[in-house]
Amino acid sequence: MIIIHLRKSNIEHRKNLKMTNTQTIQFPASTLDKVHEIIKRYPEGKQKSALLPILHLAQAEWKWCSPEVMDYVAGLLKLSPVEVYEVASFYTMFHLEPVGNHVIEYCRTGPCCLMGGVEVYDHLKAKLGIETGETSADGKFTIKEVECLAACGWGPVFQIREQFYMNLTTQKVDEIIEELSK
Amino acid sequence: MKILTEHIDVQGIETIDVFRKHGGYAAVEKAIKKMTPDEVTEEVKKSGLRGRGGAGFPMGMKWSFLAKPEGVPRYLVCNADESEPGTFKDHYLMMKSPHTLIEGMIVSSYALGANTSYIYIRGELMYVATILEKAIQEAKDKGLLGKNILGSGYDLELHVQLGGGAYICGEETALLESLEGKRGNPRNKPPFPAVKGLWQCPTVVNNVESIAATSWIVNNGGDEYAKIGIGRSTGTKLISVSGHVRKPGVYELPLGLSVEDFIYSDEWCGGIRAGHKLKAVVAGGSSVPILPAELILKTTNGENRLMTYESLSDGGFATGTMLGSGGFVVMDETTCIVHNTLTFGRFYHHESCGQCSPCREGTGWMDKVLYRIEHGKGRQEDIDLLVDVAKKIEGNTICPLGDAAAWPVAAAIRHFRDEFEWHINHPEKATQKGAVFMREGASWSL
Ligand SMILES: Cc1cc2nc3c(=O)[nH]c(=O)nc-3n(C[C@H](O)[C@H](O)[C@H](O)COP(=O)(O)O)c2cc1C
Ligand code: SF4
Ligand code: FES
Repeated sequence: MIIIHLRKSNIEHRKNLKMTNTQTIQFPASTLDKVHEIIKRYPEGKQKSALLPILHLAQAEWKWCSPEVMDYVAGLLKLSPVEVYEVASFYTMFHLEPVGNHVIEYCRTGPCCLMGGVEVYDHLKAKLGIETGETSADGKFTIKEVECLAACGWGPVFQIREQFYMNLTTQKVDEIIEELSK
Repeated sequence: MKILTEHIDVQGIETIDVFRKHGGYAAVEKAIKKMTPDEVTEEVKKSGLRGRGGAGFPMGMKWSFLAKPEGVPRYLVCNADESEPGTFKDHYLMMKSPHTLIEGMIVSSYALGANTSYIYIRGELMYVATILEKAIQEAKDKGLLGKNILGSGYDLELHVQLGGGAYICGEETALLESLEGKRGNPRNKPPFPAVKGLWQCPTVVNNVESIAATSWIVNNGGDEYAKIGIGRSTGTKLISVSGHVRKPGVYELPLGLSVEDFIYSDEWCGGIRAGHKLKAVVAGGSSVPILPAELILKTTNGENRLMTYESLSDGGFATGTMLGSGGFVVMDETTCIVHNTLTFGRFYHHESCGQCSPCREGTGWMDKVLYRIEHGKGRQEDIDLLVDVAKKIEGNTICPLGDAAAWPVAAAIRHFRDEFEWHINHPEKATQKGAVFMREGASWSL
């Protein structure tokens, strides 16, 4: 069960962003093809099953699932908007508030902690000057704490989109952040 | 003896040509061309293979419960949600050798009479989904999937479904809800998925490793499989090892190996990292009871503890644990049990779907109480309070997540109560960076 806290820094960040609702929300044609291909994976009338995969496509397109984006997805799947909101808010991967260019999802669970996960995380937060759930002032990074990423033997671990960064050390974190800041 | 990972390090094994060169897809040919679906099920029954997702339920028996009403589709859904802390074996297997799973999916779907099957994979493993989709396309191109497989008249479509980040979707009925595009709230049972599963149709849900093992069983026979292992623990098991060993990683071992050999032998984990001593092990993923060094190595009868379902649970919860999902978390003397228990408590609090009050409220209480003990604000009555909350969750919920949340806390207190007391009685010492309680005379004490 996820409780959403809108943090002050993020509200600020949201104001600074060009709000997505001023843009037209519409998948490019190639993504729409993909949407139709996905819907065909399920029996006739069961297109609701496509909801999670399509929310992933939407997030890849617009970085976060704004109400406008979710309404658009609802329209595509002939669902009522609330069916999309209740699902998007259940799963941790969908961002319901604006995020930075790189969302760092950091594993905070026991096995990673055994490998020094807490110290490395403290270092990451200090380096970016932000706390869990916040976005850096330049809009480049957001950090989130997540639970076990099924990579415990290669911990500490974080993920940025589909990419895993494993066996992290403070030095590796510095290198990754520098690389991504370019 | 390796069944699933024999060729896993072969260069290019993720491609269908290399995979076939190493015997891949022989089971599909054999099953579809030479066996009836019931014969495949019969071999799986004979093998004694038990579900590798955690519960250890006999796979052949589960398959035989599948309802087969006329004119209603049946489904096989592979559970690749792998989110139990300490477990990363399915991730490893699918990422390195996707065809091992695809082959098992075809064989198993054929046995169950499913014409559409799904692999439900946790959303965080998006890159693995891409690897699987590529493998599926290769198999299709070779006529091993799709319409009229190998000219047999049998059709199978296989799809990969991404989850959205929720541990509870590993529970099979929550998984089905999620696959239907809903919140992952577990369903009341009965009806069981075998009767009313995906879209109310008969469905079997099996773990990645269970499904992958069926190919070898088809190729070599259930009796051969049953020869590996001890008693009712047949075959091999993938064990995910994390924590303070020299060589963390995924190992495929024949069930029956001794825990001591597994931890200390160079063939396996290679022992505890240099200069340190074994303190405790969580043997089967975060949900199973933690055991201190002496109890994980030997049962209270003084027998060597073995990597089997039976031996690990010898002694019940008083002095034993469970094989579970095979998430083997090893801790040396630098580990603070209270902190580790807090991360698990926080995990279950975060992952509770919130449907039942004992789980929703209880996991929240445990998380908060553990937090204050860890942060030097613990009260004398807190330890008993934790035990009480755990007891009130256990057995009183819709799905087993409630139990899974209660057990690790209860077990940590059972075996390491002094450590919790030390935190409460010496908050200043206990909250110092890196501070760990040393039990006097314990084998791991320095
Ligand atoms: C909270 C919870 C989480 C679970 N997570 C997983 C999982 O990630 N993978 C899995 O295979 N089984 C998981 N299970 C077990 C499944 O419910 C189910 O028993 C299993 O997928 C059946 O497959 P098997 O018989 O092949 O093990 C979980 C169960 C519970 C209660
Ligand atoms: S036990 Fe917990 S996770 Fe399972 S259904 Fe109840 S509230 Fe949800
Ligand atoms: S605990 Fe971090 S990946 Fe499992």
